[in-house]
Amino acid sequence: MRFMDRNRLALGSLVRAPLRTAMMLLATAIGVAAVVTLTALGEAARLYVTDEFRSLGTHLLVVIPGRNETTGGGPPMVAGASPRDLTLDDARALVRSASIERIAPVIVGEATASVGSLQRTVQVMGTTADFRTIRGWRMAGGEFLPNVDLERETPVCVVGALIGSELYRGESPVGQWLRVGDRRCRVTGVLAPQGTSVMVDADQLVLMPVAMAQALFNAPGLFRILVQARDRDAMAGAIRYVTATLRDRHRGTEDFTIITQDAVLQTFDGILGTLTRALAGIAAVSLAVAGVLIMNVMLVAVSQRTQEIGLLKALGARRSQVIGLFLYEAFYLALFGALAGLAIAAVVLAILAQLYPDFRFMPPVWAVAGAVLLATGCGMLFGILPARRAARLDPVAALARR
Amino acid sequence: MPLPSATEPGRPGPLIRLEGLTRLFSVGDQEVRALDGVDLAIGAGEYLSLMGPSGSGKSTLLNVLGLLDRPTAGEYWLDGQATSGMSDDRLADTRQREIGFVFQFFHLVPRLTAAENVELPMLLGGVPPAERRERARQALSGVGLGRRIDHRPAQLSGGERQRVAIARSVVMRPKILLADEPTGNLDSASGAEVIRIVEALRDQGLTLVVVTHDPAIGGRAGRRLRMRDGRIVEDARG
Ligand SMILES: Nc1ncnc2c1ncn2[C@@H]1O[C@H](COP(=O)(O)OP(=O)(O)O)[C@@H](O)[C@H]1O
Ligand SMILES: [Mg+2]
Repeated sequence: MRFMDRNRLALGSLVRAPLRTAMMLLATAIGVAAVVTLTALGEAARLYVTDEFRSLGTHLLVVIPGRNETTGGGPPMVAGASPRDLTLDDARALVRSASIERIAPVIVGEATASVGSLQRTVQVMGTTADFRTIRGWRMAGGEFLPNVDLERETPVCVVGALIGSELYRGESPVGQWLRVGDRRCRVTGVLAPQGTSVMVDADQLVLMPVAMAQALFNAPGLFRILVQARDRDAMAGAIRYVTATLRDRHRGTEDFTIITQDAVLQTFDGILGTLTRALAGIAAVSLAVAGVLIMNVMLVAVSQRTQEIGLLKALGARRSQVIGLFLYEAFYLALFGALAGLAIAAVVLAILAQLYPDFRFMPPVWAVAGAVLLATGCGMLFGILPARRAARLDPVAALARR
Repeated sequence: MPLPSATEPGRPGPLIRLEGLTRLFSVGDQEVRALDGVDLAIGAGEYLSLMGPSGSGKSTLLNVLGLLDRPTAGEYWLDGQATSGMSDDRLADTRQREIGFVFQFFHLVPRLTAAENVELPMLLGGVPPAERRERARQALSGVGLGRRIDHRPAQLSGGERQRVAIARSVVMRPKILLADEPTGNLDSASGAEVIRIVEALRDQGLTLVVVTHDPAIGGRAGRRLRMRDGRIVEDARG
């Protein structure tokens, strides 16, 4: 039998039973759409997180108090019980290496900020002038924190874009006073809107000199020390220097953790990649379910078309030709179902992209190709049983069926 | 009854030769002898009618002759070849090329047009589309349906449907045409037309076996067989 003829026969019988065909198409389409959509979600999460950390830059390392036991693992988001805090002296000791360009100690906490009768809860970050250079944050107006000695409690602060607009009612905050907790500071600058970056919402932030934040929270320990190496090649030297210096200062114990963008990216990449694959696996089960459905509906189709099969055999159809016909039907069902599924997924992802513009909803190529292949594979695999049943029909009995 | 032998020297053997052909069906724990030791030889170009009471084994014999069914015992030589050893594929190919079937209930595919129904056997045989269409058109003209080739079965009368089925059965130019009560579902006028067409085909050299209940139709054949209880009880010529 010729290829095109087989196609026409198979497609013809699909068109003739539109309800049955639509049902099987839908089952396959849902399975494929599930695989593609879920992997796109997982992938979007992975891209989002890795983009976040990529913004750290390639030659930044972050020192965190406490030892992270899982070597090479993710960043300890909860910095557990640290045997010894990182101090301003620790930070100061790090600038003396040729590999290190600049450092910025960081303290964070929450406080109530108020201007007159207006007040709101804000994230407070104590740091230094170099912080802005390291993170590349831009100003909407005024100046960033002054370049002063680490211990100086200069009463100045810089506010995020949202704080500026909310507490000052459209007036420029620069030069105005801001009350933070039990302290007062003069606003020297406003950050340009930057959104959330590395889990910090810069728009809702109040920045102040590190010593002032220490006094505000009455806590001497640092939350982080950001260390910028001179360049990418200096990273290894910088890590060695930071490790040796801090271990020395902490009486030989390595009670701190150094994380780099590369390590963080690798970890998140790994975790979220696994998540995506797990989602794909779960969704793939629905494809197997679609396959079983195709099988059952095809079995019904075989019994409905018994006479026709008997006729084909009487006209000289070989067993393999009958099998081929039904497998072709299964193949087309699965293929068209898969394509419909891709269309559904595209629509769903387009809607999601409208709702969540920060995320990139792009299904990975392997998921799209895999879903289509798996769908057609399942369809044909589950088509084998009905096809064989059709081919085994006794033509005399099949023709006698009324 | 003298049996022409396939091995007779100097003369070609019969087209069809059956020896001790038996077909048993088991229904529950009962055995039905649908064919009970049938011996028969049919020469090329013969015109046979097959009559007998219902359940006497006519259809079973026709199905075995058409290679749709295999006998339980005995041998069937087609063109001098024993069919018992043939593979399923070989039987299918032989059915396709050598044998045409016409059934009481036409058995047309309802979603296909008359021409497409006639094309079916050629489609299975891999005949190229252009040739297929032309041959289908000719075959339909041959049964007087040249103007009906794009009609679907539902748009045709019973007699017209049976003529489409006849066109389909001969479009592969088989040697043998087997018809199982081809007029059983038709009024007498359409039935007569169908018989006229079938006999015209026979004049072109086809070997024809027609099962019928109608003595007027059965009497037209050059050789008239009568069956009872799975045996051939009468074989009249002339
Ligand atoms: N598939 C079958 N299973 C069981 N019995 C059958 C089957 N086909 C035919 N028979 C029996 O074989 C006998 C001959 O049947 P058949 O050849 O159809 O008779 P006819 O065509 O002469 O009316 C009948 O008794 C019938 O019941
Ligand atoms: Mg019968």
